Amino acid sequence: MSGIGQGFWEAWRLIFTFDPALYEIIFLSLQVTVSATIIASVIGLPMGAWLAVNRFFGRRYVIAVLNALMGLPPVVVGLFVYMALSRAGPLGGFGLLFSPMAMIIAQVIIITPLIASISHQTIRDLWAEYHDLLISMNATRYQRMQALLRDGKRALLTATLAGFGRAIGEVGAIMIVGGNIEHATRVLTTAIALETGKGNFAFAMGLGLVLIVLAVIINLAIHIIGKTERASTW
Amino acid sequence: MVSLLPLQLCGATAHMRGKKLVGPVDYTLEGTGLTMVIGPNGAGKTTFLRLMHGLQRVSGGELRWAVSAIQARQKQAFVFQTPIMMRRKVLDSLAFPLLLRGMGKAEARSKARQCARRFGLKDLLDSWAPMLSGGEKQRLSLARALIIEPEVLFLDEPCANLDGSATREIEGILQRAKLAGTRIVMASHDMGQARRLADEVIFFHKGRVHENARAGVFFSAPVTREARAFINGEIVE
Repeated sequence: MSGIGQGFWEAWRLIFTFDPALYEIIFLSLQVTVSATIIASVIGLPMGAWLAVNRFFGRRYVIAVLNALMGLPPVVVGLFVYMALSRAGPLGGFGLLFSPMAMIIAQVIIITPLIASISHQTIRDLWAEYHDLLISMNATRYQRMQALLRDGKRALLTATLAGFGRAIGEVGAIMIVGGNIEHATRVLTTAIALETGKGNFAFAMGLGLVLIVLAVIINLAIHIIGKTERASTW
Repeated sequence: MVSLLPLQLCGATAHMRGKKLVGPVDYTLEGTGLTMVIGPNGAGKTTFLRLMHGLQRVSGGELRWAVSAIQARQKQAFVFQTPIMMRRKVLDSLAFPLLLRGMGKAEARSKARQCARRFGLKDLLDSWAPMLSGGEKQRLSLARALIIEPEVLFLDEPCANLDGSATREIEGILQRAKLAGTRIVMASHDMGQARRLADEVIFFHKGRVHENARAGVFFSAPVTREARAFINGEIVE
């Protein structure tokens, strides 16, 4: 058990000695994951709303596939993105492989289905409540989606945070497409994998604790911001 | 301005999952005043209103406004039995129908403020709509329906869950709307309310217009046995 105790100590030391390497890694982790979460939300939230208010042939299958994609293996996504971005790949010309941008792309692919699926479930419930009113008021399809996204924003935060949670803890895909290059693409999770591999268990533990604390702080902060905006149950 | 009335129903029918709920109904909605749709539970009053408003698909026969269906929809509003409260403040709830019509945000909000004053909602503008009391919710629903100045207003038992004073407030609003020229069609199974408000009565029974007359005539001399029994407070099945 002394390994875990050492881990706590190491985490403490890393944070309060303002270890520049650590803060660089934290900053990059946040940069990549926050960007990916924002992009995936911009795609996934309207997609969820669209699926909730539109009836079309095969809708059930689209939703079933979306739910299945929530469990997309990150390693496989990493492989696909790697092949697409590698020199010989269709997007090779942009030279994005082993860059933070490649990591963002991979994370967006991983968490967009998650955000779309959760927001679809949320918005479907709100749509059941609003259906008659919005039809009666002659709202266009676009206006319906707009109203549902606006009024469901409190609940949709959960979808976004779930996406953030999955992205910040993800390692398989960003390891492949980012390459875990020091000062360039090394983030918390890939650093943990590396340090564990090298046998630096205490350091890896320290990074792990930092990662967990970071995730908790971000979630709390967003919930607090969400609540101060409007004091009520939603 | 071209009126959307008369609304003509010729053998109009409504089905849900193969079961006939309403019809065939022949009826013409025209003139002015307030038409009260009364009848026992399950007679199809709600479906009848929804059918006219366009929330329920016409599965047989014909339903025709004097203008195109799209134009007609712009000039009518519906108040539901259970108020549907949007998850936003009273001010934003009131402004919503105006925003849907493409009005600018500032103008819509200032109109919503004026409207709130008229409906006694002034002090509630910053309240969260789902947190209002039952009476306040229904008053907000009415204000939200009337803010677009509809030519025809449908109400489905708006006072069903309200107490006396809240009901009186709603009835006062309806009287004023009627005087302002809004054509009102309302379902109720409160006979007292029907007597207080109605100019015309439709007695709905088993999915059909069983009897239709001016209010004075209907209450003093109902023609059918069922209507007579219903007025006398007997149980009509």
